[in-house]
Amino acid sequence: MRIGGPVAIRNQVYGWLLLTPAAFLLVAFTHYPAVATLAQSFFTQGTALHPSKFIEFENYRFMFDDPVFWKVFRNNAIYSSITVPTSIAFAILMAIWVNEKLPLRGLVRMAYFTPTILPMIAVANIWLFFYTPEIGLLDQILGRFGFQSPNWLGNTDTVLGCVIVLAIWKDAGFFMIFYLAALQSLPVELEEAARLEGASRWYYFRRVTFPLLMPTTLFVMINSLINSFKLIDHLFILTKGGPDNASSLLLYYIYEVAFSFLDQAYASTLTVVLLALLALLAVGQFTILDKRIHYR
Amino acid sequence: MSRIEVVSLVKEWNGTRAVDNLSFVVPEGTFTVLLGPSGCGKSTTLRMIAGLEDVTAGRVLIGGKDVTRADPAKRQVSMVFQSYALFPHLSVAENILFGLKVRKIAAAERDKRLKRVAGVVGLEDFLDRKPAQLSGGQRQRVALARAIVAEYPVCLMDEPLSNLDAKLRGEMRSEIRDLQRKLGMTMVYVTHDQTEAMSMADQVVLMKDGVCEQIGTPDDLYNRPSTAFVARFLGMPPMNVIRLACGAQGCRVAGLESDGSVTVEAGDGWLLGVRPEDIALDPSCGIPGQAIAVDYLGADSVVRIALGEQQIIARVAGHCQLGSGQPIRVSWTPAVQHLFDDQGRRVA
Repeated sequence: MRIGGPVAIRNQVYGWLLLTPAAFLLVAFTHYPAVATLAQSFFTQGTALHPSKFIEFENYRFMFDDPVFWKVFRNNAIYSSITVPTSIAFAILMAIWVNEKLPLRGLVRMAYFTPTILPMIAVANIWLFFYTPEIGLLDQILGRFGFQSPNWLGNTDTVLGCVIVLAIWKDAGFFMIFYLAALQSLPVELEEAARLEGASRWYYFRRVTFPLLMPTTLFVMINSLINSFKLIDHLFILTKGGPDNASSLLLYYIYEVAFSFLDQAYASTLTVVLLALLALLAVGQFTILDKRIHYR
Repeated sequence: MSRIEVVSLVKEWNGTRAVDNLSFVVPEGTFTVLLGPSGCGKSTTLRMIAGLEDVTAGRVLIGGKDVTRADPAKRQVSMVFQSYALFPHLSVAENILFGLKVRKIAAAERDKRLKRVAGVVGLEDFLDRKPAQLSGGQRQRVALARAIVAEYPVCLMDEPLSNLDAKLRGEMRSEIRDLQRKLGMTMVYVTHDQTEAMSMADQVVLMKDGVCEQIGTPDDLYNRPSTAFVARFLGMPPMNVIRLACGAQGCRVAGLESDGSVTVEAGDGWLLGVRPEDIALDPSCGIPGQAIAVDYLGADSVVRIALGEQQIIARVAGHCQLGSGQPIRVSWTPAVQHLFDDQGRRVA
C-alpha cells in the first residue's frame, strides 16, 4: 500500500467517522467549557446595559482582595488537611480489622461500607438529626449526663468540625475497600516469616504492610483530596456555608457566586484557581511520593 | 541442644485429621526429610514445629524443651518458605538482615554477619538489588541467607526447590546439604520429590494421609520398604507390586495359570514386590507376558509388560528392541523379592 493511496485515504476517513461522535461530545461538554471558563475569567460579567469587556487580570486582582475568598480558602485547607489523613488512617485501621478472622466479618465489612452507598444528601440528613439542638442525638446524649452542648451547626467555632466529621464518616468506608483488596493481595508467608523472626505486629505493619500499601495510599490520597474539593452536597442540607461563611468551601462559594450572585465571570475566575490548585497538588503528590513507592 | 522431638502429634481441621499421631526424632545436627505425596500432612507438620500452626494434640520438643504452645519467635528456628517470602520492597541486604534488626543486634555485628553469609551463598554482588531484579535461583539464595544469618541451630525448609528448574535444583540440592553439614544445623526438610529425599537425607519420614508409613535412612526405605505404599513411592520407576494367588499348589501371579508360579511362601491375595532393575527378560524361561511399550532413556530402557491383567515394569540395559505385543518371559531371583501381606504390610 502506497502512502497517500486511495485505500489509505479511505481508511483515514473511516477512522475519523468512527471517532467523530465521541470527539464531538468531548469537545462540546468538556473541552469547550474548560476553555470558555478560562476565557470568561478575563472578562466582566455582561448585562443588557453593560456588555462584557476584556479586563485582563482584574477578576484575579479582585479575588486577592476578597476576604470571603480567603476565608473559604482557609476553610477548605483545614477541611482537606484533616479529612484526607484521618479518613486514610481510619480506612487502614478498619481494613486490617475486617481482614482478620472475626465473627460476622461479612456484616462488619458491610456496615463499614454502608456510608459509601448512601447519597451525600441522605448522609447530611442523618447527621442533621445528630447535630440539631434540643432534639438532636448529640444533645440528647450530652443532656442525659447534664452537659450543656453548643449549637453545633450554628456556632462558627464548631460548624467546620461537624462538617469534617461527616466527611470522614462518609469517605473512610469507601477507602477501606481499596485497602482491604490490597491487604488480601499480600502473601501470608511474609507475615509468617516476620513472626518467626520475632517481629511485633506494629513493627511488621510499619516495615512491611504500610510500605507495600503505598500504591493504594497514593491512589486513595489523590481521590480523597479531590473529593474534599468537589463534594459539597452536604453543605446545602446542613449549613449553606454558614454561619458567616464558617463552613463554606471553595466549590460552594463558586456555586454561590455563579447562581446566587449571578457573577459568572468571577465564578469562572475562582474555578480556574481551584483547578490550578488541584493540578498542583496532584502533580506534587505524584512526583514526591512516586519515588518512594514500591510497585510490584 | 537442638534435637527435635515430635511426640504423638495430631492436627485436626473441622474433624478431619491432617496429621494423625505422628512421632519422630531428629537428632542434633542431622538432616531429616518429610516425604510424601501432596496433602499427606508433611507441610502441616513442619508448620507445627515452627509454631505457625496450632497443635491439636501431642507435643513438640526442641533441645529438650517443650515448645508445643510457645510463640514461633521463641523457638529459635529459621525457615525457608516455598515462595521464599522475600519482602518485595526491601533490598537483598535488608531482607537478609530483617530478623537481626527486629532483635536489635548491633549494626557492626549485623554487617559482619551479612558479609559472611553473602559470601557463603554467593550474593555479594547483589546486595543492593530488589527481589524482583533477581532470578529464581538468586531469590532462593536470599531466602537461604536469611535463614542462616539468624545462626539458629534449627532450620526448617518447606519445598524450597520446587520453583526452580531441574538443573538448578540439582545444584542447590548439594549446596544445601553441604551448608547443613558445614554449619551443623539440625534440618527438617519437606518435599514430595524422592530424589531430594534420597540424595540429601540422613533420615526420611515417609507420610501418607497424615500417618507415618516408615522412618529410616534412604537405604532402609529403598531396600526394606515396610509397606507396599513405600515400595511403590520410591524408585524411578517404582517397585512392581504383583498380586499373588495362592492355593494348595503354591503361589502364582494372580490371573495366570501354573506357568505363572513363583517360589514364595505366601497367603492368598498377598503382594510380591520386585524392583524393575531386578527383572530379567528372557524369551525362553520364566513367567510369560507381553511387551506393551518401551521407553528408551539412553543408558537403559524401561519396558512395560503385561502379565495377564497385571502390568509390571522392567528396566534393562541398552536399547531394548521389543515391539508392542511381542511375547516375552520375565524372571527374577528369590533374593530380590519383597513380600507384603494383603494389608500391604511387609512380611519378608
